[in-house]
Amino acid sequence: MQVARDFSHYVKDVGSGLQHIDLAVEGVNCAGCMSKIERGLSAIPEVTLARVNLTDRRVALEWKQGALDPSSFIDRLAELGYKAYPFETAGAETAENEQLRFLLRCLGVAAFATMNVMMLSVPVWSGNVSDMLQEQRDFFHWMSALIALPAAAYAGQPFFRSAYRALRTRNVNMDVPISIGVLLALGMSLVETANHAEHAYFDAAIMLLTFLLIGRYLDQSMRRRTRAVAGNLAALKADTATKFVGGGEIAEVPVAAIDPGDVVLLRPGERCAVDGVVIDGRSEIDQSLITGETTHAKAKAGTVVYAGSLNISGTLRIRVSAASESTLLSEITRLLDNALQARSRYIRLADRASRLYAPVVHATALLTVLGWVLAGASWHDAIVTGVAVLIITCPCALGLAIPTVQTVASGAMFKAGVLINSGDAIERVADVDHVIFDKTGTLTLPDLEAVNAGEVPEFALGLAGQLALSSRHPVAAAVARASNAKMPIVGAVEEPGQGVRATVGGVEARLGRPSFCGAEEIAAQRAGLDPEASFVAFRFGDERYVFSVRQALRPDAHTIIAELKQRHIAVEILSGDREGPVQAAARALGIEAWRAAVTPADKIARIEELKHRDYKVMMIGDGLNDAPSLAAAQVSMSPISAAHLSQATADLVFLGKPLAPVIVAIDFARKAMRLMRQNLWLAVGYNVLAVPIAISGVVTPLIAAAAMSGSSILVMLNALRARQVEGRTSWK
Amino acid sequence: MEVMVILVPLALGLGFVGLLAFLWSLKSGQYDDLEGAAWRAIADDEPEPEKPVESGT
Repeated sequence: MQVARDFSHYVKDVGSGLQHIDLAVEGVNCAGCMSKIERGLSAIPEVTLARVNLTDRRVALEWKQGALDPSSFIDRLAELGYKAYPFETAGAETAENEQLRFLLRCLGVAAFATMNVMMLSVPVWSGNVSDMLQEQRDFFHWMSALIALPAAAYAGQPFFRSAYRALRTRNVNMDVPISIGVLLALGMSLVETANHAEHAYFDAAIMLLTFLLIGRYLDQSMRRRTRAVAGNLAALKADTATKFVGGGEIAEVPVAAIDPGDVVLLRPGERCAVDGVVIDGRSEIDQSLITGETTHAKAKAGTVVYAGSLNISGTLRIRVSAASESTLLSEITRLLDNALQARSRYIRLADRASRLYAPVVHATALLTVLGWVLAGASWHDAIVTGVAVLIITCPCALGLAIPTVQTVASGAMFKAGVLINSGDAIERVADVDHVIFDKTGTLTLPDLEAVNAGEVPEFALGLAGQLALSSRHPVAAAVARASNAKMPIVGAVEEPGQGVRATVGGVEARLGRPSFCGAEEIAAQRAGLDPEASFVAFRFGDERYVFSVRQALRPDAHTIIAELKQRHIAVEILSGDREGPVQAAARALGIEAWRAAVTPADKIARIEELKHRDYKVMMIGDGLNDAPSLAAAQVSMSPISAAHLSQATADLVFLGKPLAPVIVAIDFARKAMRLMRQNLWLAVGYNVLAVPIAISGVVTPLIAAAAMSGSSILVMLNALRARQVEGRTSWK
Repeated sequence: MEVMVILVPLALGLGFVGLLAFLWSLKSGQYDDLEGAAWRAIADDEPEPEKPVESGT
């Protein structure tokens, strides 16, 4: 059945009779793809713009209003071999983009100012030791002030704002000492310049801002990139629903365009994209993504259906309900809010460092001033020395120590298929010593798999797969996947609730219930071996085969569990599913600790219990029922196939079939944490060397500039080591 | 040494022009797709030349 697809929700009018749409495209990764797509789309008449963005893997399209249907672009891209779907920039991503541009602008201004102030400073430094006239030096200093003051006022905004926010809530973060240092350095330099003094620190202050902005920019651009990829993946999941648009007509519309009260059609094999109540029809639904339970539930008029449920057998009509109506969802939302509040108490390493750092540095500066006054120096000289202490200790290296490592580590994790959702995730992953897995969709793959496909002769498997393509039943889909069949058999007939049949070369082929194919006996035999599987039979003439279809474990699950144990990390399964399948999975993977039929509240209780015993718990889950426990754990991870709410809650999201990203995340995070600590010690070591020089009052702007850039570069170079983890060259 | 009164502002002015150029390039979206821009530089041909022929018919 061909349904009209309605993408008007995503189309924007851009004026002068043009319309615009953004498409997320899968599989664009080289220059060849880029020109192929641009050529292919530009060849459509009326298209005025087709431009690929290779960084974000998106295509921007513009065409003359009314001339084309957006779905034709998607078809055209499919012909070219790319899966595409309209994309709507989420609010969070727009904000990140804005922030990134702002940081880049600040960085541009600061870098410009640094270079030009340096151009003026170098003559002063060399002039001071030779024969520079006082008027010339003053002129150079005033010019420096003219550049540095407005530049610092603009480029320092990210730091000043963040420091102000922290101070207003009576907190101290790294930006507080940074802001104080910069402001004092600039202020003192201005006073000194007015007094015709020999030294001014405009260069040091603005250079500090430049270095720190580099760190901030890199950090932000990594975060933005992760966000863009996550946005694409969400778009490519193509959450659409088939909506009744008056009369008996139906149209396929994006979920964003569906309102409460609308009626949608849910056919067999489709995943429900909305929450609602069944008003018509009978079917079985698979709610494993919501509850973890693998047995199918019956659905009839009045049954509540949640987004993520898979429809198995019959066609349903569903009235869309508002999110708050459903009890399960509101219960989960309540648990989630509580858990999120508890988690926000985590204090980041950088903030812990600055809590120690700020008072020590400011006290040292104050003591220096008092010390010099007591030693008989004038107030003016004492204050100048005190400010010099602040300038030299200004946490340039300290400010870079953590963001640079985070950027490099998250880049490496990104390449290995781990996306980072929250800023402090790396720090929290590093301490993990207890991992709790959900079973369904996490340890197992989200899709069903025909586990004994290898035992069926190739010819029969191919034919069964071709036949399966004509059915929408999820179990049949598993057979089709196992056989890699591409071409459906022409003339195949589906008998509702029974199976599919077709005639091939004069012989009848059937795929469906064992009774439909006369294979009850074989099925009963298999059921004895594997009580948790569903069975689908295939009959060709007199040959009969039975496929066991079930949720299979992720291919590398066993190895990864073993590796976790090797790292002395305790492993546990908490599943909402029944005892049988959970026990089977635990046994197959060698996990001793497991519990079945666990409710969301039970999961949280277990995590709290472990927390009290001082375990650092990582929760890995995908279901809607896992969302609260994901938030309650020290750190959490979800596969990309997870329910929306869980994915939004999880700190890390991983792509693909393997479970390896779990180990990757832990290894890279541990290494990153080690490097962050190392960097902090490097910064401390630098201060230990530099502060006595500053206290003794012999620091010149030249020394300040050299020390600052030297320590910053050292810290950045050390951060680059976070790209690799020992013993592993690549995580492909 | 009076020449400095001209030379220094001149140098700064040039720097300022550079800054404006940077801000302009940022505003016109040249930093939106750094990866794509790198490949475009070595791509064989831009798809543009095909266009006028088609719309002309």
